[in-house]
Amino acid sequence: MRNPLSEKAVGLKPSGIRKFFDIVSEMEDAISLGVGEPDFDTPWHIRDEGIYSLEKGRTFYTSNAGLKELKIEIVNYLKRKLGVSYDYNGEVLVTVGGSEAIDIALRAMINPGEEVLIPQPSYVSYEPCAVLADAVPVIINLKAENEFRLTAQELRDAITDKTKALILPFPNNPTGAIMEREDLEAIAEVIREKDIFVISDEIYSELTYKGDHVSIVNIPGMQERTVLINGFSKSYAMTGWRLGYACGPKAILEQMTKIHQFAIMCAPTTSQYAAVEALKNGDGDVKEMREAYNQRRRYLMHAFRQMGLECFEPYGAFYVFPCIKEFGMTSEEFATRFLEEEKVAAVPGTAFGDSGEGFLRISYAYSLENLKIAIGRLEHFIKKLREEQKK
Amino acid sequence: MREQILAIIEKNSRIDLKELAVILGVEEIDIVNEMAAMEAEGIICGYHTLIDWEKTSIDKVTALIEVRVTPQRGQGFDSIAERIYKYPEVRAVYLISGAYDLLVILDGKNLRDISRFVTDKLSTMDYVLSTATHFILKKYKDHGTILTKKYEDAREKITP
Repeated sequence: MRNPLSEKAVGLKPSGIRKFFDIVSEMEDAISLGVGEPDFDTPWHIRDEGIYSLEKGRTFYTSNAGLKELKIEIVNYLKRKLGVSYDYNGEVLVTVGGSEAIDIALRAMINPGEEVLIPQPSYVSYEPCAVLADAVPVIINLKAENEFRLTAQELRDAITDKTKALILPFPNNPTGAIMEREDLEAIAEVIREKDIFVISDEIYSELTYKGDHVSIVNIPGMQERTVLINGFSKSYAMTGWRLGYACGPKAILEQMTKIHQFAIMCAPTTSQYAAVEALKNGDGDVKEMREAYNQRRRYLMHAFRQMGLECFEPYGAFYVFPCIKEFGMTSEEFATRFLEEEKVAAVPGTAFGDSGEGFLRISYAYSLENLKIAIGRLEHFIKKLREEQKK
Repeated sequence: MREQILAIIEKNSRIDLKELAVILGVEEIDIVNEMAAMEAEGIICGYHTLIDWEKTSIDKVTALIEVRVTPQRGQGFDSIAERIYKYPEVRAVYLISGAYDLLVILDGKNLRDISRFVTDKLSTMDYVLSTATHFILKKYKDHGTILTKKYEDAREKITP
């Protein structure tokens, strides 16, 4: 029989998280700091709206780009939050999570051989999606000394004649880094000068703890060269509903909508009705959850200081990214031993790119009570390692 | 800061003040002062414990009693409410808009206990026109806490 597989698919590196996941799932008594999704249930009024839409029989496809009502609410939301305007008709596409939006944005924009810049550490799907879109992924290794922000110099150094687009993943998973207005202004200058495009993944935009989130589209001249990606998973605790969206120039969105139409048809209808409710009446929920995350973030930073564990202060998402270089182990060794000896799962920084080496992603999408138990074990583990080093 | 302190201690009055200071990003001394001030101002009225008595072997019956009264000249409902709330078995008294005037929440050991209070004490008071007693059969949620189900983390242990 012939080989049924595509070389491209086979060539994709399996996710570094997957391997770890397999170990953890074998250990029933392990506690985890490893999730990338909120611990809150979707607020009830949003779930209720989803249920209500099912009861009313709203079980058909919506139009390809999404429910008109939802697209209008998305436009209103972006106006309210960022002060930017989009035309609901043609500049907005409702997708199956932010993930689909990333995939089809790349497929709509990239010709074979064109380069896509991917700052790392970052979410695991950018690189494989770029490869699947026949792009050449070019990794920019972000640095701890810059608090894992992307600098203008790093960007400039990575750009070649073939560079087509930059993926901008802030607030960042796994580092928790954010880009503030002056950081964005600095890179925007390079982006305009070199005439490249931006795919801005802002799925964590509601979870920032140092003033309001600023988007790259807030910087003059950037909205027309940016595909803005966001969704409901993190801000409204709706991961399982699989709903996101992309906004951007009509020409790009038109091609994205075409790909979406053939590959997906439309995003889940129940989720779309629930999302309308989220955008209309969910601001209070977001505020409440953000406050709870912030309290946990402060707790963790305080605990790290107490135990002398080096960590820059992250102001976004729900991750902290402590440095474990002092223990003379790789991230994977550290995470594996932490799991085996203390039964706590945290994700090695290298799961998010080589520049995550020496770091550990710790999620604070857990109740304070759970965090306290896990941090108690981390403290115990670190003490043990330091004593081992003395010998 | 007050709003944040109150939001937290309303759910967990046993929280360690050091920890409260850490999670709110302020100094412990400020928390101590603020709480003392709120106690003095009567904003914080107590630190109670939420108990699901159903799960104990102790018998307890709770009733909601709607009370219609004639307000007294010059004192409105206040003095009537006071005569009622002074009974220690009365857990709460609220002035209510609508079809009746006072809502009285009453704890007793059993039905007889409650009915004795209503017939002997409450109905015989001057100015009380009528009462309607409702017994609580099951508490699903109390003080914002769901009593019937426990939170279960159904998430995968590791996700990107």
